[in-house]
Amino acid sequence: MIDMQDVFKKYPNGVVAANGINVHIAQGEFVYVVGPSGAGKSTFIKMMYREEKPTQGTITINGIDLGKLKDSKVPLLRRNIGVVFQDFKLLPTLTVYENVAFALEVIEEEPKKIKKRVMETLDLVNLKHKARMLPTELSGGEQQRVSIARSIVNSPKVMIADEPTGNLDPETSWDIMNLFDEINNRGTTIVMATHNRDIVNTMRHRVIAIEGGQIIRDEQRGEYGYES
Amino acid sequence: MTSSEVNTDMKARTLRRHMKESMKNLGRNGWMTFASVSAVTVTLILVGVFFVIMMNLNQVATTIEEDVEIRVHIDLAATEEDQKVMKEKIEKLARVESVEFSPKEAELDGLIDSLGEEGEAFKLFEQDNPLNDVFIVKTKNPQDTMTVAKEIEKMEYASKVKYGQDMVENLFDFINVSRNVGIVLIIGLLFTAMFLISNTIKITIIARKREIEIMRLVGATNSFIRWPFFLEGLMLGVLGAIIPIVLISFLYHYAYGYIAPRLEGHFIQILEFNPFIYQVAAVLILLGALIGVWGSLMSVRKFLKV
Repeated sequence: MIDMQDVFKKYPNGVVAANGINVHIAQGEFVYVVGPSGAGKSTFIKMMYREEKPTQGTITINGIDLGKLKDSKVPLLRRNIGVVFQDFKLLPTLTVYENVAFALEVIEEEPKKIKKRVMETLDLVNLKHKARMLPTELSGGEQQRVSIARSIVNSPKVMIADEPTGNLDPETSWDIMNLFDEINNRGTTIVMATHNRDIVNTMRHRVIAIEGGQIIRDEQRGEYGYES
Repeated sequence: MTSSEVNTDMKARTLRRHMKESMKNLGRNGWMTFASVSAVTVTLILVGVFFVIMMNLNQVATTIEEDVEIRVHIDLAATEEDQKVMKEKIEKLARVESVEFSPKEAELDGLIDSLGEEGEAFKLFEQDNPLNDVFIVKTKNPQDTMTVAKEIEKMEYASKVKYGQDMVENLFDFINVSRNVGIVLIIGLLFTAMFLISNTIKITIIARKREIEIMRLVGATNSFIRWPFFLEGLMLGVLGAIIPIVLISFLYHYAYGYIAPRLEGHFIQILEFNPFIYQVAAVLILLGALIGVWGSLMSVRKFLKV
């Protein structure tokens, strides 16, 4: 599913964010990526949806070699990857429904399909009743659920989340994690960078720990392993 | 429904969406839109005025160029044989297009005709014609008139060579200089307008940074993202062309009405209002569209780098 071989990434300013990463993530896995700030978690994740290109090494997703992928084909790759961020990245002038539909409109999906898919997805994240509200009228957890709905509305095979609970209180974080678990149970691969120790230690999944651009630990049903 | 029908249907829908998006954005950034359109308007007024002047100068130059000829007065001492040799010599000059012989009788008739009633007096000279036989020489390129005339001057039996020296030289110099100055000014103005537009749109893009970011994240193609900006630039440019076209049409209408009658009977003339003003309008719309589109695509480029 996701394969990285000897991946190096050096930024123009000299920072080495990936220093020989080898990893294999199978279809349907749920993986936590942990490590201190600046360890290279974000780069690790960004290389998967080709926001960053590695300086060396090969990355394969769904059989697509990202190194050989033309810039013009990147959009097609992204249609198979859902991405969720700490800051939700919702459009404040659009309603909940429109925010989710936006993801399908801009890839020129048929209007009939859009309506059906958006309503199904809003149902899944439990926000059908708030479809007409604006993001500013929602709580943080609800906003994150909208953003999750947007990322899965096109049924991607992989979901990538960068600190999805970073801005949420513990209770809301658990709601969001249950939602991720449900999505994972439907067969979607999930790769999540997180600093949330409780979640990692309670909802046990594979843990990849990154430090200094290297994988220093990779355990099935692992622990967070850091103090905070 | 066949698949091609589905396709065109999708394209029409996408285009509608892009149109809606760009209109919405122009409206939302009202003052920026106004600033951009004003920049295009001012530029196109200046460019348009230069264009009209240059095209007319060109027209005047062309009519004069077509009329420029060298008149070689043949020395009275030349025999018919000498004249024949001389004609061949002139014809052999590299840049000469044609040489026509005009006998002194024809010259006198021409003089009498051109003077009308007063010319009658010259009829007395028909018995004893004081004029010379003349070669009328045309050059391939009017700008070569002076060089060719100088070469003919050196020939035997060329008593006088006339080509309206000062006028021709000065005119060509003037036209060349004004053409070059005009072109430089126009290009400079166009660039200024492009940068104004690209800056204006850049400001509106910053407000839409998140939107573009999300579009890229969920897999919208770059061309899909670019379309609304392309349309916005196009609309800004075309909107900016309206006032210049109207203004220049009015001005040219009056200018033509004033100048054209005064030039009647002279061999120079300015371009007729119709169709010239339609050409001007087409040029201004095209330029407006070009600077609008270019400016807007320039500013969106940076946000689309993968």
